[in-house]
Amino acid sequence: MAIPISYNIRNLKLRKGLTIMTALGIALTVTTAVFLMALLAGLKKAFMASGDPVNVLVMRKGSTAELSGGFDANLFPTLRTLPGVAKDAQGQPIASGEWVVVVVLPRKDGTGEVNVSVRGLMPAGLTLRPNAKLIEGRWFTPGQREVVVGNSIHNRFSGANVGDNLDFAKGQWKVVGVFDSGGTAYDSEIWGDVNQISADFDRQGGYASVYLRATDPVAADALMHRVSDDQRLKLEGTLETEYYEKQTSSGGAIKFIGTFVAIIMAIGSSFAAMNTMYAAVAYRSREIATLRVIGFSRSSILTSFVIEALLLSLLGAIVGIVLILPFNGMSTGIGNSLTFSETVFSLHLTWGVAIAAVVFALIMGLLGGFAPAWHAARQDILTSLRA
Amino acid sequence: MTLARFVTKSAFRNKRRSILTVLSLTFSLLLLTLMMTVWRVFYLDTFSAESAQRLVTRHRVSLTQSMPSFYRDKIRSVPGVIAVAPNNWFGGVYKDHKPENFFARFGTDPEEILKIFTDFKIPGDQLQAWQRDRAGVIVDDQLAKKYGWKLGDRIMLQGDIYPIDLELTIRGIYNGPEPTNSIYFNQKYVEEAVPFANGKAGTFEILADAPGSVPRIASAVDDMFRNSPEPTKTESEKAFELGFINSIGNVKAFILSICFAVLFATLLVSATTLAMSIRERTREVAVLKTLGFTRQLILELYIGEAVLVSLTGGAFGCALAFVVVSAMSHAPGMSLFLSGMKVTAPTLMLAILVAGIVGLVSAIVPAYHAAKLDIVEGLRYIG
Repeated sequence: MAIPISYNIRNLKLRKGLTIMTALGIALTVTTAVFLMALLAGLKKAFMASGDPVNVLVMRKGSTAELSGGFDANLFPTLRTLPGVAKDAQGQPIASGEWVVVVVLPRKDGTGEVNVSVRGLMPAGLTLRPNAKLIEGRWFTPGQREVVVGNSIHNRFSGANVGDNLDFAKGQWKVVGVFDSGGTAYDSEIWGDVNQISADFDRQGGYASVYLRATDPVAADALMHRVSDDQRLKLEGTLETEYYEKQTSSGGAIKFIGTFVAIIMAIGSSFAAMNTMYAAVAYRSREIATLRVIGFSRSSILTSFVIEALLLSLLGAIVGIVLILPFNGMSTGIGNSLTFSETVFSLHLTWGVAIAAVVFALIMGLLGGFAPAWHAARQDILTSLRA
Repeated sequence: MTLARFVTKSAFRNKRRSILTVLSLTFSLLLLTLMMTVWRVFYLDTFSAESAQRLVTRHRVSLTQSMPSFYRDKIRSVPGVIAVAPNNWFGGVYKDHKPENFFARFGTDPEEILKIFTDFKIPGDQLQAWQRDRAGVIVDDQLAKKYGWKLGDRIMLQGDIYPIDLELTIRGIYNGPEPTNSIYFNQKYVEEAVPFANGKAGTFEILADAPGSVPRIASAVDDMFRNSPEPTKTESEKAFELGFINSIGNVKAFILSICFAVLFATLLVSATTLAMSIRERTREVAVLKTLGFTRQLILELYIGEAVLVSLTGGAFGCALAFVVVSAMSHAPGMSLFLSGMKVTAPTLMLAILVAGIVGLVSAIVPAYHAAKLDIVEGLRYIG
């Protein structure tokens, strides 16, 4: 017969101080783990949502990022007339030759300078990124020294409001608009006319990348292979989604450190939970013996104490998740190893993260609770009763 | 029985609990020591004396922009500058894109670069062989060990920023003050193959005559190019490397918040255990008082006990941190910045101090309650 759970709950309530302290210890470990997992979830979201499955990104063979090198602009007409490229309302192929360069801007809060990506694009570049929507001002005019800034740039850097001037490369650039692409990596970019940008950065006569919008995902795949297989072009096509998926690897360091920190903290907390549970067993050794005398089996006592440890850790998990709630949505930047610039993303507490946190806490509870519960179940009845 | 012995005895009277508490503290202190070590590597290391004499000049806009090579001779004319050499990031791919096959590849001037990196040690004949062979390369000794490279071996680099593949012959193996994870070859080799690389330099490495003249040289160089189409930014080697760390994100806040979480968790654990252990001994305290132990003494005994337990945990944590750090710093594929990681004496002392303070703080409340316990109440206590 099983011992009712209410017995465990009442016991936890009885020794309030101890329960709260142990649960808090577990909670802090859970908080740290949740914080790191939520960071990774946010990072993944920023990069995963950036790519469009019908966009094909063309770069020079061997290039892994838009930043590394470029190719001759003469190849552009060939690329845009490839079959499978979608056409806009005027019947023009939707293709954009682009440059990505890095500039250094001072942070608004004065905590130093940060690398920021500046993208030069053709008007078609806006058409093939329908997710990017203007939230203020207007788009840049080709041929003018005008830029639009992503929402994260607008929030994090001074001088990134409509009407301001940003100072980079060979002079001032007028900010004419702010766009929002829904928390993707584009929000951390500054966009301007490709010819203006390449002139300022001495990169005329070529493009670092060409974006092609295919009519549908199947055509995108075909287009990608067509570009890569053409030996004359010496270019390589990638689906935009795949390109951004690769960039999530910049979270590798966080992942490594996070796992490491969480595991060490979890070991520490498990020992603490074990201590609490051993104390619980020691306090109640007569009670346990009485339970045995009444007829509860060893296994039901074992189960009961394990459940008590799990309840304790569950409490810790809930407190830990609640502690992280105020930080949900908080944004931070991370250096991207492929673009050398900062991508802003936000802490994203998903259900998956919350469930993982609960499982994590329960494992701690199990590790800490099993040995004491085993001990309780094995106690000698007579000795305990006499104690 | 002396008082010290009494404290030791009672600290470890419940063996299982003491071991668990010590283990729990060990892991917390391990984490704390590791975080402090990383912090020290990033923000406190003063680098070598040689490093304090070096500066790096880059394009004002960003590292990815290049400067005209003739800047080198202009920089050389600045008083206090002993040597200048270009240092160009080649990028490229060795074998494949896997992170463990990533290391820094620089194109430079073999005649001058080692006059600036004075702390690199290389046999004279190897240096000469490198200077004579335009397609030669010198490699870090740790890197050579990792890949099993020997003098005369060939290294193939597939270009990504530059549209050429380099075929380099190892002419020398140098030993840096710490693993540099870098190889250096002749920039002319790249320039001959790639027209757009001609006359361009990514960064300039500068050696100053004394650490004191570094700030003056930095502003003199930047002033010289202020109004040119390609303005520069010159900073000390240390500041240049910090720029990289800052670009990873807000590392400082990250480390600090982990440290606080760990510290607070440790406090909780330690306080819980102490409260348990002191409450268990309520009757014992009453007996001690009956025997004539003063409140003051009882307070001291319990605090001493707590500090002893937490110091033991701290000591184990430090020892473990020592092992982990030395294992990590020798692990292949460790990042450029953490490869020189070491646990230093001040870090260890700080960790032990923190452990002691944790014990002290967590003992105050339960010990105080024990000290002011009413004797009769205590004797009646049945637990």
